Amino acid sequence: MSETVSHSKTVKKLSLVVLAMFGFGFALVPLYDVFCDITGLNGKTNDTAATYNANGVDESRTITVQFITRNAQGIPWQFSPVINSIDVHPGEMKFVKFYAKNKADHAMTGQAVPSVSPGMAANYFNKIECFCFTNQPLAAGEEVEMGLQFYVDQDLPSDISTLTLSYTLYDIGKKSS
Amino acid sequence: MTTDVIEQESHDEHHDDHKMTGIKRWLYTTNHKDIGTLYLWFAFIMFLTGGAFAMVIRAELFQPGLQLVEPDFFNQLTTVHGLIMVFGAIMPAFTGFANWMLPMMVGAPDMALPRMNNWSFWILPFAFSILLASFFMESGAPNFGWTFYAPLSTTYSNGSTAFFVFAVHIMGISSIMGAINIVVTIMNMRAPGMTYMKMPLFVWTFFITAYLLIAVMPVLAGVVTMLLTDTYFGTNFFNAAGGGDPVMFQHIFWFFGHPEVYIMILPAFGIVSTIIPAFARKRLFGYSSMVYATASIALLSFIVWAHHMFTTGMPLFGELFFMYCTMLIAVPTGVKVFNWVATMWRGSLSFETPMLFSIAFVILFTIGGFSGLMLAMTPVDFQYHDTYFVVAHFHYVLVTGSLFSIFAGTYYWLPKWTGHMYNVTLSKWHFWCSLISVNLLFFPMHFLGLAGMPRRIPDYALQFADFNKWVSIGGFAFGLSQFIFLAVIIKCIKGGKKAPAKPWDGADGLEWTVASPAPYHTFTTPPSQADIDGIYKDEH
Repeated sequence: MSETVSHSKTVKKLSLVVLAMFGFGFALVPLYDVFCDITGLNGKTNDTAATYNANGVDESRTITVQFITRNAQGIPWQFSPVINSIDVHPGEMKFVKFYAKNKADHAMTGQAVPSVSPGMAANYFNKIECFCFTNQPLAAGEEVEMGLQFYVDQDLPSDISTLTLSYTLYDIGKKSS
Repeated sequence: MTTDVIEQESHDEHHDDHKMTGIKRWLYTTNHKDIGTLYLWFAFIMFLTGGAFAMVIRAELFQPGLQLVEPDFFNQLTTVHGLIMVFGAIMPAFTGFANWMLPMMVGAPDMALPRMNNWSFWILPFAFSILLASFFMESGAPNFGWTFYAPLSTTYSNGSTAFFVFAVHIMGISSIMGAINIVVTIMNMRAPGMTYMKMPLFVWTFFITAYLLIAVMPVLAGVVTMLLTDTYFGTNFFNAAGGGDPVMFQHIFWFFGHPEVYIMILPAFGIVSTIIPAFARKRLFGYSSMVYATASIALLSFIVWAHHMFTTGMPLFGELFFMYCTMLIAVPTGVKVFNWVATMWRGSLSFETPMLFSIAFVILFTIGGFSGLMLAMTPVDFQYHDTYFVVAHFHYVLVTGSLFSIFAGTYYWLPKWTGHMYNVTLSKWHFWCSLISVNLLFFPMHFLGLAGMPRRIPDYALQFADFNKWVSIGGFAFGLSQFIFLAVIIKCIKGGKKAPAKPWDGADGLEWTVASPAPYHTFTTPPSQADIDGIYKDEH
């Protein structure tokens, strides 16, 4: 019957749309990351090392970079920046340290996740070396100083004079083991 | 009840029905009218269930302090109230209308895929059994809000996430099957001669709604699947420690969530656009502008989702984009309200119960729309966000909007469904009690919200006590009023004045060309061209 045939055609087309939209829901995950990467929205910084390619230092501007740290639930570490803020000129390389101590009575693995505020500045904050690129295992009571080497790009919009770099420390021991 | 009436009637007139009897008739039925009835009763039972939760919520909020329920149980009540009303009451009620009316309105003998139709209804009770059963589990029911934001529903879940996810999966499959059925019916089963622009507006709104469902229910299925694997299988979609992002949850959820609110209001537009011309005794003003307005609302609904997330920290450009797009929706919606008013303008109005509910819909839905415009403004949204102002807003659009249109549609087609006229006095009691109590219930919530009372809390500061008392009284009155509705329907099914084939002199449409109650099988031969051309007459 021609009627039945045309029904199954329409049903097939609509089912394809359903499948495509189910896939689209999952495609939104990488798309979201790509979108945030390109636009620097959401304060997401690169999670791989940048290479230094600034041409010279712009001494006419001074940017204050503030460091804050936060522990996610379930990680009893002491985690803090060694210095709370630092003044840099765009293009100038700086090296700062963060302190971490595992206060639990067993070995744990931590992972620091960075975020820059204002979010638009994230693309101009370049990390040459960062402890956040890898996870950090610490034995019970062990302490460590972790390094961060960075520079601020000269193209940083002129209305931004203060950056805040925030690290949230997560316990990923359960996930990675 | 319905069974008896329809059975009797159709046995008298059609001896070739081959209907099964008893429970088997309802379990195995592939008849669009039977399935429509099942959907409508299911929606009503869920409406009373979700309403019972709301009564406990309002009893707890009657005065400040914790009296009746623990905060955690309170959260479970608000969550399940929302889920039941959205997925269990409003959406199935509209699917019920679609099943009953669409084939008759397009002159088709049944829905295109009757066997799938049976499935899409019969998996629903299982979904809600799973959801409601979680109340009796050790974990308790979902307590993370109907929006189930991660990490509340992942890291901090009380253990009910799996039940919740499976229930939503089943509801989603049911909705998608129902939507595919509607689209195929409308595209392939229209009577010869019924072009797209001759379809009743009711059919158009369900057509567009079905497309919205097909587009966004799979996204909902995807996001709850991510939730499930994040909670139980160690993935990191929304877990920042593993490279995921909890804010991304909100983006994906609201990409589904905003079209979802139009899924719940576009069919209401269709019902009201059918009823107002009937009782104004004029044809619908601006039919084609109504079609285009419905389509533009549906398209715009895909690019406004982040207005639910202004406070998550968005760049200025994003806030402006979503603010302007949201406000743009007021234009097609305004076209609709204008057209309804213009339809009534200089009409010979009469105020039967369906018309009363429709006029109340136009006025009260517009109030809900205006508070929506206020919320759309980014700077003020920072103050209104997560307050009772939001609760007032979406209850105005969903209760006095969607629900009132369901009441209006039920009264309008009840004579066609049962073959009897309903009890007019009781139905007017239902209308006036509902109208007064619903405003007492939701209007003061605007003031509470503006004064800063947050939503989803079991206790509140003393200065909110008076308004909350009035709100609770309105809530109890509105809840009780719905038993009048139940009484009207049961009385109408059992008996009453015989309804003629067309009980409303101003009504248009093919459904009025068949007998009341509608025979078990209608339009086994397509309607005549004259009947189709007569759908929109200039004069009555």
